Amino acid sequence: MRVRAQIAMVLNLDKCIGCHTCSITCKNVWTNREGVEYVWFNNVETKPGIGYPKDWENQERWKGGWIRKKNGKIQPRQGAKWRILSKIFANPHLPEIDDFYEPYTFEYEWLQAAPELQAQPTARPRSLLTGEALDKIEWSGNWEDMLGGEFAKRSHDCNFEGVEKEIYGQFEKTFMMYLPRLCEHCLNPSCLASCPSGAIYKRAEDGIVLIDQEKCRGWRMCVSGCPYKKIYYNWSTGKSEKCIFCYPRIETGQPTVCSETCVGRIRYLGVLLYDADRIEAAASVEDPKDLYGAQLGLFLDPDDVAVQEAARREGVPEQWLEAATRSPVYKMAVEWKVAFPLHPEFRTLPMVWYVPPLSPIQSAAEAGKMSAKDGMPDVRSLRIPLRYLANLLTAGAEEPIAAALERMLAMRSYMRAKSIEGRIDESIPERVGLTREKIEEMYKIMALAAYEDRYVIPTTHRELEEDAYALRGSSGFGFREGTNGSTTLNLFGGAKRTPKKRYMDAPT
Amino acid sequence: MNGFINQLAFGWYPYLAVTVLVVGSILRFDANQFSWRSQSSQFLRRKQMVLGSNLFHMGILILLFGHFVGLLTPVTVIDRLGIGHAFKQTAALVVGGLAGVTAYIGCTLLLHRRLVDPRIRRSSSWGDILVLVLIWVQLTLGILTTFWTMQHMDGREMLRFMNWANGILTLNPGAPEEIADVALVYKLHIILGLTLFLITPFTRLVHIWSAPIWFLLRPGYQIVRSRMPLRKRFLSPTHGPAGGAPSYGGDTVMRQHTQEGQTT
Repeated sequence: MRVRAQIAMVLNLDKCIGCHTCSITCKNVWTNREGVEYVWFNNVETKPGIGYPKDWENQERWKGGWIRKKNGKIQPRQGAKWRILSKIFANPHLPEIDDFYEPYTFEYEWLQAAPELQAQPTARPRSLLTGEALDKIEWSGNWEDMLGGEFAKRSHDCNFEGVEKEIYGQFEKTFMMYLPRLCEHCLNPSCLASCPSGAIYKRAEDGIVLIDQEKCRGWRMCVSGCPYKKIYYNWSTGKSEKCIFCYPRIETGQPTVCSETCVGRIRYLGVLLYDADRIEAAASVEDPKDLYGAQLGLFLDPDDVAVQEAARREGVPEQWLEAATRSPVYKMAVEWKVAFPLHPEFRTLPMVWYVPPLSPIQSAAEAGKMSAKDGMPDVRSLRIPLRYLANLLTAGAEEPIAAALERMLAMRSYMRAKSIEGRIDESIPERVGLTREKIEEMYKIMALAAYEDRYVIPTTHRELEEDAYALRGSSGFGFREGTNGSTTLNLFGGAKRTPKKRYMDAPT
Repeated sequence: MNGFINQLAFGWYPYLAVTVLVVGSILRFDANQFSWRSQSSQFLRRKQMVLGSNLFHMGILILLFGHFVGLLTPVTVIDRLGIGHAFKQTAALVVGGLAGVTAYIGCTLLLHRRLVDPRIRRSSSWGDILVLVLIWVQLTLGILTTFWTMQHMDGREMLRFMNWANGILTLNPGAPEEIADVALVYKLHIILGLTLFLITPFTRLVHIWSAPIWFLLRPGYQIVRSRMPLRKRFLSPTHGPAGGAPSYGGDTVMRQHTQEGQTT
């Protein structure tokens, strides 16, 4: 047993209102630069839909993630190492920027600078790639917002696998959900495995997956290697970039920007202890439907003293072990089993987990379309959303999803009985395999969701690991601006270089 | 050609170009690895890239390898192996010709795309365009040389180039004399080739140094980095349940012990 710790995230989709605050705050902090105008480290998709970039879940097309070979070993879907190297001159599976969208801005200055005209001046869109005017914006980061666009296009969503699309199409807009997506900081990242330079790495201390910008040579294999398409090629610097899990904040015990600003309080951050020795075996199980269970098996009980001792031997700090015992992520993912990994069939063992939304079930129940028992709708009678959620979160295994939805419904009816009717109904938690204490704790963490319950983040002990004397005078995070004896000023005190692209300095 | 210019171009310039190539690359790598990249433009426009880049790179790698082996192998080794100069020249002509045409087609596609496609043009630096133009001209010159080469198939001319390159490598001051009166096209080809060496540290060409063949030798697929020094792993040998007071005094006491030279 080799114990390692990771700060993992849970997103409670049941409470996501699709407001995009997470995306906007993330964008403003991390990707407001030339070359990454099209990049959203965090984006929110409306499902069903093909998403951002288009059709990202279709690995037949993009070759992301891992594939299990006949001999039981896994290898990146784009091929073994020599196959990856053979594609280095031109990567046939690389998306083009148009698969995301062509970034644009508007001619805002014209609104002020226009002379007297017969018609109102308008702010026309202008490409941030070429600087030329765009006649029509064809696609953008969230083009399918609120089921926008025609169903024929959205029906290409891979999660319709095994669902009779026509039936869904008839009841169009009977269910809809939001899916906020960020880098999954996987235990078995396939972007990392595909990187020929070895620039991508996973941090042992907190599990954050990062790209070493000094070491990246821009071979762009990670972009096609990541099945979530959460690695972005910066066309200006020629390097790949990805969500950094706001590690400068995480290290100081603060939640990521997307979590901090989430108005719906849907995000949770906490420590998970896992056994690094069993990662490969867990990612290699034969049936994709078993992958969710195999990944659960990697997580170690933080209250187990033997686990704690083993963790100390691996150098996990005391504060982290204490935080692990209070981790909301461990409770939701492992104890209550209401949170699931996104697309476990990619075999990357993702570490951003999702609580499935109840809205499809709730709206069907209110419309009288399904049977109910004691005010609790029979989840299993609603085939389409169940299958859809299972395709999204458990590689098609419906039973765990149904059980989780029942637990969440049980929590609602238990609390309704308690707070409205003033009666404690012990039979409700029993029916879903919980106890009274557990269901009340679930309510406290999932429904009330106080700040200190959502974010249990131990700080990083840099003082134990770094020689502060050697680091004096360094500028910390950044791309070496203003260091190395160079300045951004020219010999005469003016700016060294005029911006080379006229329309590219506008913030996106 | 004037003796002094000949000495300058083929006696001294090679040393300047190679010195700048090596020292410049090391300095750039040391000072600013962030700028060290292949700067692929495939993401902006796939068209013409998949075919062009594959043809160009495969052709140019064969050419590069062929030139190194053909020019730098000591003449005595070639003779000892019993490879006739006429045969060697024919082989070089066939392989180099095919690779040259392949690279030429690829380079033309890439250059056309870089100049004509607005996305690529706008995101190109002068260096990016210059490099492609110079390589395109170099390939043109290289293909043109085949016409002169075919005038004398006995391999004598090629022997002179080998003697020159061998001479440069072994610091022989008489080396430039060897090629004093070869056709101008060869001379231009050599000068431009050395110029490409010279500009490499200042352009995207540095990505040649980073050809990631070590990927094949990486054990397994995953990379995990730890900030903790390997030998300091075992921080607290005995401890009760997490969250309680540690029996040994805690991290602060441990650190003091380490600083005082005591070990736990």
